[in-house]
Amino acid sequence: MISQPLTAVSAQLAAKKISSVELTQVHIARTRAVEPRIGAFNSSDETAALAQARASDERRAAGKSLGPLDGIPIGLKDIISVKDQPLTASSKILASYISPYDATVTRKLREAGAVFWGRLNLDEFAMGSSTENSAFHPTNNPYDLTRVAGGSSGGSAAAVAAGEVTASLGTDTGGSIRQPASFCNLVGLKPTYGLVSRYGVSAYASSLDQVGPIGRTVEDVALMLAAIAGHDPLDSTSILSEATDYRAALAAKKGPWRLGIPKEYFGEGLDPEVAAAVQSAVDFYKNLGCEIREISLPHTEYGIAVYYIIATAECSSNMARFDGIRYGHRSPRATDAVDIYAKSRAEGFGEEVKRRIILGTYVLSSGYYDAYYLRAQKVRTLIRQDFIDAYKQVDAIITPTAPTPAFLKDSHKTPLETYLGDIYTIGVNMAGLPGLSMPCGFTKAGLPVGVQLIGQPFREADLLAIAHAYDSAHQWSQRLPNL
Amino acid sequence: MKYEAVIGLEVHIQLKTRTKMFTRAAAGYGHEPNTLTDPVVLALPGALPVLNKAAIDQVIRAGLLVNCRIADECRWDRKNYFYPDSPKNYQLTQQFKPICIGGSVEIELPGPARNIQGGHKTISLNRIHLEEDVGKLNHFATESLVDYNRAGTPLMELVTEPALASGDEAAAFLTILRATMQQGGVSDCDMEKGQMRCDANVSIRPAGSKTLGTKVEMKNLNSISFVRDAITHEIKRQTAIVESGGSVIQETRDFDGITGTSQSLRTKEDAHDYRYFPDPDLMPVRIDDAWRSALAATLPERPFDRQRRLMADYKLPYTITSVLIWDKRLADYYDTAVKLAGLDAPALAQPIGNWITNDLLRELGATSATFDEAAAKVTPANLVALVKLIAAGTLTSNAAKEVFADMFATGDAPETIADRRGLKTAPTNTDELEQWCRDAIAANAKAAEEFRAGKESAINGLKGPVMKASKGKANPADVDKTLRRLLAN
Repeated sequence: MISQPLTAVSAQLAAKKISSVELTQVHIARTRAVEPRIGAFNSSDETAALAQARASDERRAAGKSLGPLDGIPIGLKDIISVKDQPLTASSKILASYISPYDATVTRKLREAGAVFWGRLNLDEFAMGSSTENSAFHPTNNPYDLTRVAGGSSGGSAAAVAAGEVTASLGTDTGGSIRQPASFCNLVGLKPTYGLVSRYGVSAYASSLDQVGPIGRTVEDVALMLAAIAGHDPLDSTSILSEATDYRAALAAKKGPWRLGIPKEYFGEGLDPEVAAAVQSAVDFYKNLGCEIREISLPHTEYGIAVYYIIATAECSSNMARFDGIRYGHRSPRATDAVDIYAKSRAEGFGEEVKRRIILGTYVLSSGYYDAYYLRAQKVRTLIRQDFIDAYKQVDAIITPTAPTPAFLKDSHKTPLETYLGDIYTIGVNMAGLPGLSMPCGFTKAGLPVGVQLIGQPFREADLLAIAHAYDSAHQWSQRLPNL
Repeated sequence: MKYEAVIGLEVHIQLKTRTKMFTRAAAGYGHEPNTLTDPVVLALPGALPVLNKAAIDQVIRAGLLVNCRIADECRWDRKNYFYPDSPKNYQLTQQFKPICIGGSVEIELPGPARNIQGGHKTISLNRIHLEEDVGKLNHFATESLVDYNRAGTPLMELVTEPALASGDEAAAFLTILRATMQQGGVSDCDMEKGQMRCDANVSIRPAGSKTLGTKVEMKNLNSISFVRDAITHEIKRQTAIVESGGSVIQETRDFDGITGTSQSLRTKEDAHDYRYFPDPDLMPVRIDDAWRSALAATLPERPFDRQRRLMADYKLPYTITSVLIWDKRLADYYDTAVKLAGLDAPALAQPIGNWITNDLLRELGATSATFDEAAAKVTPANLVALVKLIAAGTLTSNAAKEVFADMFATGDAPETIADRRGLKTAPTNTDELEQWCRDAIAANAKAAEEFRAGKESAINGLKGPVMKASKGKANPADVDKTLRRLLAN
């Protein structure tokens, strides 16, 4: 049960071979067993989860099942609000905060009958790519406990890989769903900007953030996306879209497709074993009859710089609400209002969050705004245009997800070295496109490798179908970690 | 050397909407602290703004009332600064693309006397933009408490060009702006409730100079007379500095309306860097002609336009129009009454105006009745009926006063009251009237002689005795007619 895809578990629930309470208890027990070694959870509420599971079983018994997610234990990144549950964002500043309301994605999963199990660890406020920036504890990679699970949605990936939950939600601002999915042998999807509501999800960089699913298979991710996608009147950036049965679309859409390989994504810094695994996926599509074309995304080299200007600028403003006045940590040593700000934030925020607030404050400062923020926005437009131009020739783009497999914990990278790890994923966020990472093999050392497929705006159905062709033929997800 | 002042105003006006600028929480005044809140107002993690279209409607209406060009597209920006009354620690505002551009406000300068119309002047506006209000801090001995009820209330900021020359002009500007916005239903503009707030930028320069001097911003001016006093005070202060060889420094000053003094709040060096940038959570708003014209159709006549119309169409004197136009209900009441007067309107227009501005307002002032209560009793139709009874001579002016007081108290029609109280003048052309007139002429031979000799006013000396003999009930018009007939023989 703990290692099966959501689709399989869902089928067993439907066949009444197992109840949701039993399924939830299995996951609770598994969590207890592995969590000391994994560290994917910030908190969990067993009573609430079992109550949801019981309600699901009652619905099913009454013939009123809410669909494929009804009764399935699902973990939420601890940056997504759940009514009456803690929301820490893995930050000391929110360590004691309880959310009084549901995020829209939470409400949608609730309405689909999901059982919430676990508030999942992340890099503080989603800033990082290893989950080592969590204020509480790091998350270890289930495939190699000495290595990181990736980030920022490291808890969301590790919890699924370790069998603690069946699937999870993460958020992706520059690769935070796709990179941990690739490190943990999972499928992760960052939907088109605007497809999934951001309401109730603590914002890091508002114009880049997007919620998305992590699961064992493309099919699982398709089911999850169908549940969370759709227009939300509470999020002005969410797009009017029709409800889509993404799972049904997997089989309905057939290739061959035209796939583009951006030459800029296969240069210096790419691990040879990663390159080889990605090449094998490319070969699979070629053998399937797909047309493989080399393409160019000429502004790729500016991606990191532009991303870290725009993301930190928005971050510096978004983080301002954490001030110790209305909720969250307030320094007991503070003597007046300004002192409350200074001390509470100094004590409450970790190093990386402070670094990004300072960077963002700087690039927005009077006299620097035009040179940094405004110029970055112009280059962002060019990066987006690169993709639009590419889609005149190809249906999707195939690239590595990350330059390396999961790296060692405490590897003491400089911030810049860390930021360079985002090189293949940030373009998708800046262009607002859907991007998916799926497993495409293992290194000799047994570390998972992910391949990224980048699709066209709001054409998740096509992207998932392309991915499904490979994923269903390889079933890498069946190779489980030894825990 | 002579100096002249250059003044620009920044006026914040809360818009009248049911809910807040970016969320469904109710907007209101005087509620229990922190009850008009929700995740968006309190800036909880994950909360996102959603635009209130009613606020856009209101600011477009405001812009149309003061001749602004309404932008085809406006956008939202974040103004970043930390203050405990600001839940997000940034304010959503329109720094780069405001919704209303340019515009002008016609003001009336003080006339030589209260009852004489002053000159008019047009003050150019720079812009009006929309933003959200902040919460309110309450300071106590050792702590401060924040009430977020006001936070997120739609607020428009109107910025004038540096186009005003004195405290009196600023006061005139705010007075007509307040009336215009109140009458347009844009805002109640109650300055005591903070629904209208004004900062003034004041500088001086040698008279006739074209360059602007160093400006000083005067803050916390919470009544129109404080604005006038603060500006007058600041012009004197700056003039004294310059005349004594000093130079004015750019700063923000706090004016104390009670003591009439000011003190520096901060100088230019302390100025914030607000780090404005486009808000990524909100989409731009596009406004087309259909939207604009639908709102234009909902606007009332502007006060000075109405004054010009009343003076031109009804020959109303300034003294009456200058009372009517400041209160839309009063002016609407007048317009309704004059329409009801029908063909008699031109003759009755001024008496109707007099009854409203003298008697109705006097009774309102003397009692606790609201205007609406009074207007429900003394309806425009009843007032017209009263004025017509006077014109027909059925009521003497003294009797009419008594009838009016009764109308105000009971809401009865004037005819009913006059009958009930026996106040109508006597029936016309009776032998009795003729006898009273003959008696009056006989008893006042001197007056009769003078009238016959051409002294028109002498007839009044004859009317008095007739009215007295009739115990006040004779129809004055008939008395006049009968006396003239008898005197002509």
